[in-house]
Amino acid sequence: MLPLLLQEVSFAVNGRTIIDRISVEIAAGPRTIILGPNGAGKSVLMRLCHGLLKPTAGVIAWRGPTNGGLRQAMVFQRPVMLRRSALANVIYGMRLAAIAPRERELRARDVLEAVGLSHLAERPARMLSGGEQQRVALARAWALNPEVLFLDEPTANLDPGATRDIESIVAQIHASGTKIIMTTHNLGQARRLGDEILFLYQGRLAERALVDRFFRQPVSPEAASFIRDELPQI
Amino acid sequence: MNYKSLLSCLFSISVLVGVPAGAQPRFITVASTTSTEQSGLFRHILPIFENKTGIQVRVVALGTGQALDMARRGDADVVFVHARSAEEKFVAEGYGVKRLPVMYNDFVLIGPKSDPARVAGSKDVLDALRKLKAAAVPFVSRGDRSGTHMAELALWKSSGIEIDREKGPWYRDTGQGMGPALNTASSMNGYILADRGTWISFKNRGDLAILVEGDKRLFNQYGVILVNPEKHKHVKKALGLAFIDWVISPDGQKAIADYRIGGEQLFFPNAGQEGA
Amino acid sequence: MSEITQALGAAGAMIFSFDPKLIEIVLLSLCVSLTAVLIASVIGLPLGAAIAVNRFTGRRALIVVLNALMGLPPVVVGLVVYLLLSRAGPLGELGILFTPSAMVVAQTILILPIVAALSRQVIEDSWQEYQEQLRSLSAGPLTSALTLLRDARFSLVTIVLAGFGRAAAEVGAVMIVGGNIDGVTRVMTTAIALETSKGDLPLALGLGIILLALVLALNATAYWVKEAAQRRYG
Repeated sequence: MLPLLLQEVSFAVNGRTIIDRISVEIAAGPRTIILGPNGAGKSVLMRLCHGLLKPTAGVIAWRGPTNGGLRQAMVFQRPVMLRRSALANVIYGMRLAAIAPRERELRARDVLEAVGLSHLAERPARMLSGGEQQRVALARAWALNPEVLFLDEPTANLDPGATRDIESIVAQIHASGTKIIMTTHNLGQARRLGDEILFLYQGRLAERALVDRFFRQPVSPEAASFIRDELPQI
Repeated sequence: MNYKSLLSCLFSISVLVGVPAGAQPRFITVASTTSTEQSGLFRHILPIFENKTGIQVRVVALGTGQALDMARRGDADVVFVHARSAEEKFVAEGYGVKRLPVMYNDFVLIGPKSDPARVAGSKDVLDALRKLKAAAVPFVSRGDRSGTHMAELALWKSSGIEIDREKGPWYRDTGQGMGPALNTASSMNGYILADRGTWISFKNRGDLAILVEGDKRLFNQYGVILVNPEKHKHVKKALGLAFIDWVISPDGQKAIADYRIGGEQLFFPNAGQEGA
Repeated sequence: MSEITQALGAAGAMIFSFDPKLIEIVLLSLCVSLTAVLIASVIGLPLGAAIAVNRFTGRRALIVVLNALMGLPPVVVGLVVYLLLSRAGPLGELGILFTPSAMVVAQTILILPIVAALSRQVIEDSWQEYQEQLRSLSAGPLTSALTLLRDARFSLVTIVLAGFGRAAAEVGAVMIVGGNIDGVTRVMTTAIALETSKGDLPLALGLGIILLALVLALNATAYWVKEAAQRRYG
């Protein structure tokens, strides 16, 4: 599937431009962080890439070979749990991906163990804590064995402990071969998790750089100002 | 315990869902009047007929006008009402095969015991009606094209009053069945023409009592008619005739005569009577 | 006041003597209304879900009409169904007028809009919450509708019970299409109407008390189901 190519992609709603002519190619390999202040359009860009939204101008295309269909998954800021057990939630995702019935429960249990929730597998998912629900959401996505995993501010609502858990799981998922594309407005998280940064400002791609260079020597004034203002958070 | 209705419900539902119903009970639909049903007559005579023939009789009780209309539409097999001219018209139009007299009961003029119009004990109903109009006391009319209603209108006419033109606010046209109309009369202490049968079983009398009775003009003749199978092919001719034949037979006539409330006979069988 | 005490006495006497006529009437009422609510639910729940998750021209008009139909006067439904099922009418050949089947038909028509409109509302509320996640997992409209129906099952139970309550309590429709035939189509509500018109008010009130008790028990059940589910599944 990868690389993902965006050409002059724009997205406007009610006359307001939210994404303004973005062109970028996202390749397999590095963990890509989409960084930017609130309102920059990060979430919208994610949804455009994932396919939940259609651009009002420009083209988005997966340029790589597709073996077995488009395998991508997304984890949202607020985890959406069905009124079932955690295990059932994970299995649900696999059912839709037409993974063989015999395999589903096995994989579900494996992946729940990997995220440290084996002991809560039978618990109604809605009764779990925010951090635990987000881990179930990650497990559900991971079980699909996706080529690309989108994450939209996955730890914005979580406490530091839960945040660490999530970050560690994301690292594991990346290690198992999945491309990570994630948004955050937290500089520290971007530094910890990212290999490259796409910096968004008012709907435009203001800068793109590897993580070290971005933080040491931001080229665009918007990025420089953002890093400066956010400094206390690092 | 009678599970017929439950079975009927389940049978009917299976018919609805397209599953063959199997053994449906043999039955006919009889269109009759609310006053007849509420008198309890059918509860008494129908089981006798059903036991004898195994034919279930389903009575739909409406006003006479509605009952005849229902039969015109073909929704009944037999008509059993008490409005001679409407019945004869029904047959003349071709909807009924033949009208046969069955029985009669009588109407009574009901009113408050205090009797402001001073009609109690009169043997002349026409005179009583004139007095009611003159006194402008509340009078409840059924107003629903029922046999009782049509009898009431005929009596007004015979007494020389064109009630449609000459009625005032004292005349309450309710459009209700016999029971509800009696309820209304009871609650406003008004006068009302009712069939004796409904009156005897009526429990909410309040201050009302029979004031005028026995006038021949108050007699209420019932007729039974088979709905014409030539107009409506699905009419159950054989079963319907079985019912009609029974009702005018000595057995049926006796069953009618045997029906009593509080020891009083309500209906007087007169099948075969000339000119009835 | 004495009528009410008489009524309570009449009700008590009827119930505790297991009066066969009474039992027959109650069972028939239950049979008719339960069948009607069953059919209405089988059609109405998926219909409501379908309208909730799909977008098509005229959708808003349809929703308005559906909501308005919740207020269909039973006597009007009865009249229309009577004209349809009459021998003189288009469906006369079915021969189901003045049978419980006709009553089921009328009541189904009466409560179908209630079930559909309310389930549409409930599902649409869920859809707001679940939509992105379900689409992310490649759930199409049909799968989404089924998933939401299952997830909202406890709210839907409440809706179904509401529909049953409406059916069991109405008299206008069943009176006209059933004919209130003694032993065949006489149900609780038509029996009450009959006894009232005969002036036997204590008996009518007694029947009314039984009907009220039934409806009360139903509502208590609905409430308890919702509560228990809330506690268990969150």
